[in-house]
Amino acid sequence: MSNDAAFVEFQRVQKSYDGEVLVVKDLNLSLPKGEFLTMLGPSGSGKTTCLMMLAGFETATHGEIMLDGRPINNIPPHKRGIGMVFQNYALFPHMTVAENLSFPLEVRKMGKDQREEKVKRALDMVQMGAFGSRRPAQLSGGQQQRIALARALVFEPELVLMDEPLGALDKQLREHMQFEITRLAHELGITTVYVTHDQTEALTMSDRVAVFDDGRIQQLAPPDLLYEEPENSFVAQFIGENNTLEGVVKSIDGDSCVVTLDDGSEIDAKPVNVHNAGERTKVSIRPERVEFNKDRLHADAHTLKATVKEFIYMGDVFRFRLSVAGNDDFIIKTRNAPDAVKLHPGQEVEIGWLAQDCRALDA
Amino acid sequence: MTDASQNAGPMLAADGTPLKQSLARSLRRQKLRALLLIAPLLLFVLFSFIIPIASMLFRSVENGIVEKTLPLTVVALETWDEKSGELPDEAVYDAFVRDMIVAVSEKKHTRLGSRLNYEEPGISSLFRKTGRKIRKWDPEADAPFKEKLIDAEKGWGDVENWRVIKTHSRNVTPGYFLAAVDLRLTPDGVAAQPEEKQILVKLFGRTLFMSLIITGSCILLAYPVSYLLATLPMRVSNLLMILVLLPFWTSLLVRTSAWKVMLQQQGVINETLVWLGLVADDARLVIINNQIGTIVAMTHILLPFMILPMYSVMQTIPQSYTRAAKSMGATNWTTFWRIYFPQSIPGIGAGSILVFILAIGYYITPEIVGGTKGVFISNRIAYHISSSLNWGLAAALGTILLAVVMLLYWCYDKIVGIDNVKLG
Amino acid sequence: MKVTKSTLLASAVAAIAGGAMAEEMTIVSWGGAYSKSQLKAYHEPYTELTGVTILNDDSSPEGVAKLRAMNEAGNVTWDVVDLEAADNIRACDEGLIIEIDPDVHLAPAPDGTPASEDFGDQLVSPCYIPTIVYSTTFGYRTDMVPEGVEPPTGACDVFDLEKYPGKRALNKRPIANMEWALLCDGVAYEDVYDTLETEEGVERALAKLDTIKDQTIWWSAAAEPVQLLADGEIFMGSTYNGRLFSMIVEQNQPVGMAWDWQMFDLDGWAIPAGLSPEREARALDYIRFSSDTQRLADQAKYISYGPARKSSAPLVDKHADLGIDMAPHMPTDPRNAKNTFVNNYEWWADYRDDLDAQFQAWLSQ
Repeated sequence: MSNDAAFVEFQRVQKSYDGEVLVVKDLNLSLPKGEFLTMLGPSGSGKTTCLMMLAGFETATHGEIMLDGRPINNIPPHKRGIGMVFQNYALFPHMTVAENLSFPLEVRKMGKDQREEKVKRALDMVQMGAFGSRRPAQLSGGQQQRIALARALVFEPELVLMDEPLGALDKQLREHMQFEITRLAHELGITTVYVTHDQTEALTMSDRVAVFDDGRIQQLAPPDLLYEEPENSFVAQFIGENNTLEGVVKSIDGDSCVVTLDDGSEIDAKPVNVHNAGERTKVSIRPERVEFNKDRLHADAHTLKATVKEFIYMGDVFRFRLSVAGNDDFIIKTRNAPDAVKLHPGQEVEIGWLAQDCRALDA
Repeated sequence: MTDASQNAGPMLAADGTPLKQSLARSLRRQKLRALLLIAPLLLFVLFSFIIPIASMLFRSVENGIVEKTLPLTVVALETWDEKSGELPDEAVYDAFVRDMIVAVSEKKHTRLGSRLNYEEPGISSLFRKTGRKIRKWDPEADAPFKEKLIDAEKGWGDVENWRVIKTHSRNVTPGYFLAAVDLRLTPDGVAAQPEEKQILVKLFGRTLFMSLIITGSCILLAYPVSYLLATLPMRVSNLLMILVLLPFWTSLLVRTSAWKVMLQQQGVINETLVWLGLVADDARLVIINNQIGTIVAMTHILLPFMILPMYSVMQTIPQSYTRAAKSMGATNWTTFWRIYFPQSIPGIGAGSILVFILAIGYYITPEIVGGTKGVFISNRIAYHISSSLNWGLAAALGTILLAVVMLLYWCYDKIVGIDNVKLG
Repeated sequence: MKVTKSTLLASAVAAIAGGAMAEEMTIVSWGGAYSKSQLKAYHEPYTELTGVTILNDDSSPEGVAKLRAMNEAGNVTWDVVDLEAADNIRACDEGLIIEIDPDVHLAPAPDGTPASEDFGDQLVSPCYIPTIVYSTTFGYRTDMVPEGVEPPTGACDVFDLEKYPGKRALNKRPIANMEWALLCDGVAYEDVYDTLETEEGVERALAKLDTIKDQTIWWSAAAEPVQLLADGEIFMGSTYNGRLFSMIVEQNQPVGMAWDWQMFDLDGWAIPAGLSPEREARALDYIRFSSDTQRLADQAKYISYGPARKSSAPLVDKHADLGIDMAPHMPTDPRNAKNTFVNNYEWWADYRDDLDAQFQAWLSQ
């Protein structure tokens, strides 16, 4: 996508609170209108700071933030026209639900009739039409969440920021709300920047995910690519379940390479950010891509000896913990199908994988 | 179990005793222990708070002294028509002399004199003088007494004195309460105090008015400070908090006297203003020994009581509310006025109640810097406690003050809601 | 009140132990220089003579109220109390202090004159043992007297704003002020109380006070006018002559005395009612000692208050530290006592509350 189409753009943005440590280091990010972008990362990675700079509550130490082609560094938050949903919802406790929703319209000097109509529509949109006269304290967490969402949308902003909005909900409600939020965002065509530390949330909701660590974006990609083709070992570790083995690149041959693990055994892998033989690497393999049925592997594929340590029954999948090449936490997952093989603790098996599923990343 | 059987009798425990009873028994130990734990405080409150207040309430209406000192006279006066304008007959005088002889031997007559002197100035010395003369009289041999007594002290030939005794002979009197609101109990019923003696209603009014002003100025001064305290980084706000609390570590008397040095005409403020040329040397500001002095000193002294509850409430208002409001397009002022301020009201309420109730009963500061127009009702209460010894009136004034505070508290509860008050 | 914990403890123990603790007594007074003069003139010699330890309690300002509270609680912890005459009459009326027969309980003069005669008119209440005659009188700033004007000489100058501009300080109660107002308004000395008994008389007095009301700071503690004079806040103010003495003679402040129409007042001992016989006997013994002719004369060495006995007057000596002659500083000295006013305690006992209400109402207008 070209810069012209960018609706929100961070250009070489840096942020420091104390003048000693950079919380955000050289951030470049642009997203087009209508995109649902998630900033994912562990706490302290700089994602919330980025959100707050976009909202105008923090100022960038260096660099430019653009909204719809205009630099907004010097525009105060209340003139940016950005909707925002907060982690604790920030519903005004002294106002009713309807008053909460009406507030952004009032400060825009909208007429009473128009306000009421918009509030009603926004409440209906989140299926909370009957709750207008309640106080926030009388609502459950999920209901408060819906109101917070409705309030951020009621004045029809083109950009909505959400700061871990589902953090306080239980699992079932959270999943339901994930669906609701994405549905609304797409229906209304709003550009959304969503901050979370929950990777499942990021994967299920977003068009693209920006993985933050150490003040930088480690990878910016759609969810499937992020999961299947992590570009570095941080992303591989952070997204989804992952097995890591350490070793040295023995040889590279185009799209595949051989890695000698620390215990001397050899495996096949796809070189991602290793370039020369002799480099140290961490190889990453997803648990569901590990195969212990030899028939399904290439004849010349490398295999490793493994000892089953534990079997965990999880209903839809079986999960095994194995000891592989000195790693006692090597996980394998298989689908609970009628022909599924059950391994038993103590059993010795040989495991292997397709070279393209095993990514040789930075050490 | 069907509805019928439930209605038929109480739920039974396994051993057949009613469930409620067996539950109560199992909880009794726990309750007893809880009671023992609070017992010291309970006793302390009882002896240092409830009993004194009860005794104050009692004292404000108690009037047993007349009947106790003059039992025969009170009975004899019952048949006398005080409105007739005629002196009582010999029976009353006879009873009075007998009562007095007993009272003089027990030295009670002067005490009664001081009591009745509250109602009729001059009666105190009448009793004192009469006591000296009557000492050696014999109730049998010296009768009849009417002329003799009037001869001895001509005050007893004045119908008014007898009317006072009869009017105030009841054991329970509304007299002190009436006096507390500038009324008096006369033989002809309740009447207004002469205008030149009406002072207490005015003092009550002034006390309330000035306490309100003090509360108001405390709110104005404390709000920005509390806001700063609640929003500044911990390190800075802790330092500020120490400055706020500093006055607490200085004696009240010292602080008040310091204000005297500041505010008097040759004081720091006036000297500075004169030096700056803002005020002429012969037109120095009068800012002490009047209401301004009291308001300034008391606002300063009570300020921490406003800041602390405000601060603790403001501290609990998350930043996300103001951020949310701004993200929705509210200006700084709208955000403050519509979002922050309403949520800080519980702190203002708690601080105001605290400051107002403290102010309304203040005594030392108005006494020292209040002059004549800046004193409170409590200064009058103190006068009646320690100087005039009219404890009944002091108790009535105190009771009214208590009632006013409770009334205001009730109003506050109705208007703002007492559960809206937070001390943190 | 400056009672130490040990004092309280001691008096509590004394109260419990009764006669067993016969070696201690609690004497209540006004504190400051006055208590010090009593300590030097009475307490120390008495302790030396008898071995009785004397505990000081500065509660006299609330003396009557506390006596009443102790009386009601049935636990009297004081042995001897120093009261001003008006308070003494009140306490006596209330039965809070015991009556004294001067000729039985007090020592005669050295020449054998009975105490009742030696004290004479000063015995204003049957419960009273007066020790000092003091006066409420005026002090003024000598450096604030307008040029070419004679310095003020007495109470009536306080009403002359034209001649002596500037702020005044007066006591925040009617006693003395009302009498001065009438006297300076032309009422004859002997008619003052009769006039004050009428409504017109009160109005007349208040009208006179009205002329200086907005120039007056009203004090409630005698230390206030002293401070106000020292700070130059006022031109002249009324206070007790002993306080002015220490300002002028001991602290060398630019303050002068305006003695004319000084208001004589009395201060002295009282014994609480309800003491155990042993304690009462000891209190009487102390009083007999501390009100004898020599003791009263001795006190004048430390403070400029006159002895209440006639026979003490010739014995008044020099100031204990400064060595100056005390007689010219006594309110009773002929040069100071050209015109004096003697408080009518009996009258005030009757009309104090009534006039106080009117006076306070007038003040708050």
